Amino acid sequence: MKAELRDHQRELYHFRARVAVGAVFVLFLFTLLTLRFFYVQVWKHDYYTTLAEQNRISIVPIVPNRGVITDRNGVVLAHNYSAYTLEITPGRVKDLEGTINDLAKIVDIAPKDRRRFRKLMEDSHNFESLPIRTRLNDLEVARFAVNRYRFPGVEIKARLFRHYPLGDMMAHAVGYIGRINDADLENLEASGEIANYRGTDHIGKTGIEQSYEKQLHGITGFEQVETDAGGRAVRTLSRTPPVSGNSLRLTLDAKLQEVAVRAFGDRRGALVAIDPANGEVLALVSRPGFDPNLFVDGIDPTNWDLLNNSPDKPLTNRAIRGVYPPGSTFKPYMALGALELGKRTPSQTIFDPGFFNFGGHRFRDDKPGGHGSVDMYKSIVVSCDTYYYMLANDMGIDNISRFMRQFGFGQPTNIDIEGESTGVLPSQEWKQKRFHQKWYAGETISIGIGQGYNAYTPIQLAKAMATLADDGVMHRPHLVKLIEDVRSGARTVTAPKIERVLPFKPENIAIIKEAMAGVNKEGTGAGAFSGAPYTSAGKTGTAQVVAIKQNEKYVESRVKEYHRDHGLFIAFAPVEKPRIAVAVIAENAGFGAQSAAPITRMVMDYYLLGKVPAQPAPEENTEEGGGHD
Amino acid sequence: MIRALWIRLTAHVDSFLLASLSLVLLLGLVVLYSASGQSIDRVLAQMANIGVAVAIMWAVANVPPQHILRLAIPTYIVGMLLLVGVALFGEVSHGARRWLHIGVTRIQPSELMRIAVPLMLAWYFDYRQAALRLRDFAWAALILILPVGLIAKQPDLGTALMIFASGFYVMFLAGLSWRVIVGLMAAAGASAPILWHLLHDYQRQRILTLLDPTSDPLGAGYHIIQSTIALGSGGLFGKGWLNGTQAHLDFLPERHTDFIFAVLAEEFGLVGGLILLVLFSIIIGRGLLIAASAPTLSTRLMAGSITLTFATYAFVNIGMVSGILPVVGVPLPLVSYGGTSMVTLLLGFGILMSIHTHRKLVQT
Repeated sequence: MKAELRDHQRELYHFRARVAVGAVFVLFLFTLLTLRFFYVQVWKHDYYTTLAEQNRISIVPIVPNRGVITDRNGVVLAHNYSAYTLEITPGRVKDLEGTINDLAKIVDIAPKDRRRFRKLMEDSHNFESLPIRTRLNDLEVARFAVNRYRFPGVEIKARLFRHYPLGDMMAHAVGYIGRINDADLENLEASGEIANYRGTDHIGKTGIEQSYEKQLHGITGFEQVETDAGGRAVRTLSRTPPVSGNSLRLTLDAKLQEVAVRAFGDRRGALVAIDPANGEVLALVSRPGFDPNLFVDGIDPTNWDLLNNSPDKPLTNRAIRGVYPPGSTFKPYMALGALELGKRTPSQTIFDPGFFNFGGHRFRDDKPGGHGSVDMYKSIVVSCDTYYYMLANDMGIDNISRFMRQFGFGQPTNIDIEGESTGVLPSQEWKQKRFHQKWYAGETISIGIGQGYNAYTPIQLAKAMATLADDGVMHRPHLVKLIEDVRSGARTVTAPKIERVLPFKPENIAIIKEAMAGVNKEGTGAGAFSGAPYTSAGKTGTAQVVAIKQNEKYVESRVKEYHRDHGLFIAFAPVEKPRIAVAVIAENAGFGAQSAAPITRMVMDYYLLGKVPAQPAPEENTEEGGGHD
Repeated sequence: MIRALWIRLTAHVDSFLLASLSLVLLLGLVVLYSASGQSIDRVLAQMANIGVAVAIMWAVANVPPQHILRLAIPTYIVGMLLLVGVALFGEVSHGARRWLHIGVTRIQPSELMRIAVPLMLAWYFDYRQAALRLRDFAWAALILILPVGLIAKQPDLGTALMIFASGFYVMFLAGLSWRVIVGLMAAAGASAPILWHLLHDYQRQRILTLLDPTSDPLGAGYHIIQSTIALGSGGLFGKGWLNGTQAHLDFLPERHTDFIFAVLAEEFGLVGGLILLVLFSIIIGRGLLIAASAPTLSTRLMAGSITLTFATYAFVNIGMVSGILPVVGVPLPLVSYGGTSMVTLLLGFGILMSIHTHRKLVQT
């Protein structure tokens, strides 16, 4: 009995030991679970929270409509239209070449499209959807839709396209949009706007499209969509509608621009027309132009090479970027400076023997034998060089640069598009800085006739002309007249305040204006403006491209085309109450009176009279007009 | 009179066990309401399941353990016959043959074996208790392997493993020599490659997927990835009741049954998960205590096995949901929706109560 009891006790003891082992085992298992909880729920909590959110919410950006750009009269210069594109995401396609070949059997894919696609691929990321074909017609869309299952990674997308109806005519002013590249992305990131560009493929690259990007783009809308495990949208959590970009109404007059472009014909050059009363840019021409529509979907390499490598540099906006010596168009400002500084009186005459000697160097006048006795009026009307050699010498470089600075020469005009060149207003400091050399008095002489280091942009010349025409009231030239909020209809007029009022004596300005009016009546501009029913004032100019050796006569026909002089003309009209101020540069077109003045005449005829020219501006025969500049 | 009836009704109920079970069941209903997409019908159905199961538990608790043991051989034999029936005439559902039609209803005989196998083994060891030898353990192993093999063949690996575990616990508590245990483990390790070949493709895939869920994120790894996301995003305190995005947007598969723990952990966080573990621990502790103080070998073995099996269920389910065990079809005890498992579980706890409340009767 006792043994049995002991046995029983031993058995119970053994059993309880096993139960204890079991308890420890369970404790061990539960500890494992607890550790796992801590790892997943505390340590990796943020990670899984992100995963859960990504699981659940997808944010679908809704790209806003880009603002429409019109000219001052409502003529559309840039707008959007909806079209289908065939897009490939290279990262999702195994055999890209094969896929494109197969696609070519369904829709028309030109070699040009393939080249463009290859170029797009080079500049983009692997998982970006890139267009292989744009503007598919309905038949092509249907044909692809049927075969869609064969092409993973290829999609048809309805997209808004930018279109520039006037093509190359407005290309430089309006600019163009292009696909967002890495540099754009960096800029957007730096300015904190990257979120607003989700879903947006394009961005303004040049011109108005670039400088008013913020206004034009609008605010991207978002749809927060809750998705289920199958990726289907269960419901829209919130929808923030996009805000369309603002419309821009430009100061440009499309018709005037067209007239100016037609007047240029095949000539290279630039024209800027400004309303002197408020600085509105009426026409901004740079020739040759280019078709901005080529850039919208990514330009194909052939066209790109053609444009980029052309010696005519069609992509350069000469109106704000090109720098040219002003030549004799500088003379009216020199004369005004002389009057203001008391270096000359209007009636004071000099004798022009046809040259001016300084420091053993002979500065020649264009007219062999000289103009004889010359006062200020005649100096401008016949464009006497000797008068201004002497005047420059009398004024000195410091006075000249100080005076010219007031007109904005050699400074950006702050026009509302980017890419403006500063140009060069020569001065002692400038030369010291630029060449680490002191200024030589001899260098001042040719400054007087707008040569030497002088180098200004057409927009600067036009701004100075407009300022003079408006009796010294300076406006910032601008291209956008008003910004219109499409939804509210609210209009913001962008006309800037008067930039500066130059403190010149009205009688001095009147003298210069009268002389410039004389140019178009009886001087170098008379041929181009003969028979004009309105009064006008102008000044011809010629800018040397290649320095002519001493005692060598410039003979146009001998010089290769690209080495020919540039013809310049600045003008305003009507003289009594100026409505338009113009600066024209016709590159390598010889004397200003010969090419640039007739272009100006056509522009003014249209603007003031509504006359539309039938053909490019004629080359004026300047032989009978006496000397040219 | 009423007092007397009350005493009669509660005489064989272990109030400590009942209280802790009730807390878990209540928590389970709260989570189920959320997991079922706020379906009150689903909650009512589960309450009906619980009602039936509690009634069975109460009934079983009132039956003395020695009477229960008398049912060991008949239930085991019936269970085996049914399993053979399933293998021959069973209904195929989801690619597995687990159900058997009997008249109007259909039953899953493997559920019966969850109770019958440990009961049978406890009876067997009690019967042979004069001198337990290795040979007795070999016979016990055969008793265990037959139903486990049939269930594994259905295939229902999860249930097979659970039943194997419950049988093994009986053998372990009966004093299976450590040498044999270590030897068996070594043998299992050595035969793993052979077992690997015996597994179905989907079973192999589940194990592979556990090692690297991202290898097949939309296929087999999906369950693990989504439930781990649910856990992780729940964090310390959870997203709040009914606010689990993983659960309510269909990311969680089988969220009111096998994966219900993910809903709990997502909405109540680490705190919620630990509360459940603590409640489970209390139940297990109570069960082991009952086992340790049980008067006879068979009742000890029964109580110990039932309790350890319950713990194993909890561990395997939570381990699977939190991504440390492969996906096997094991519900979370007392919480997952389902009548059969609820009845089996509470029936087990009824046996525990019976053992505990009848111990003095046996001893005298």
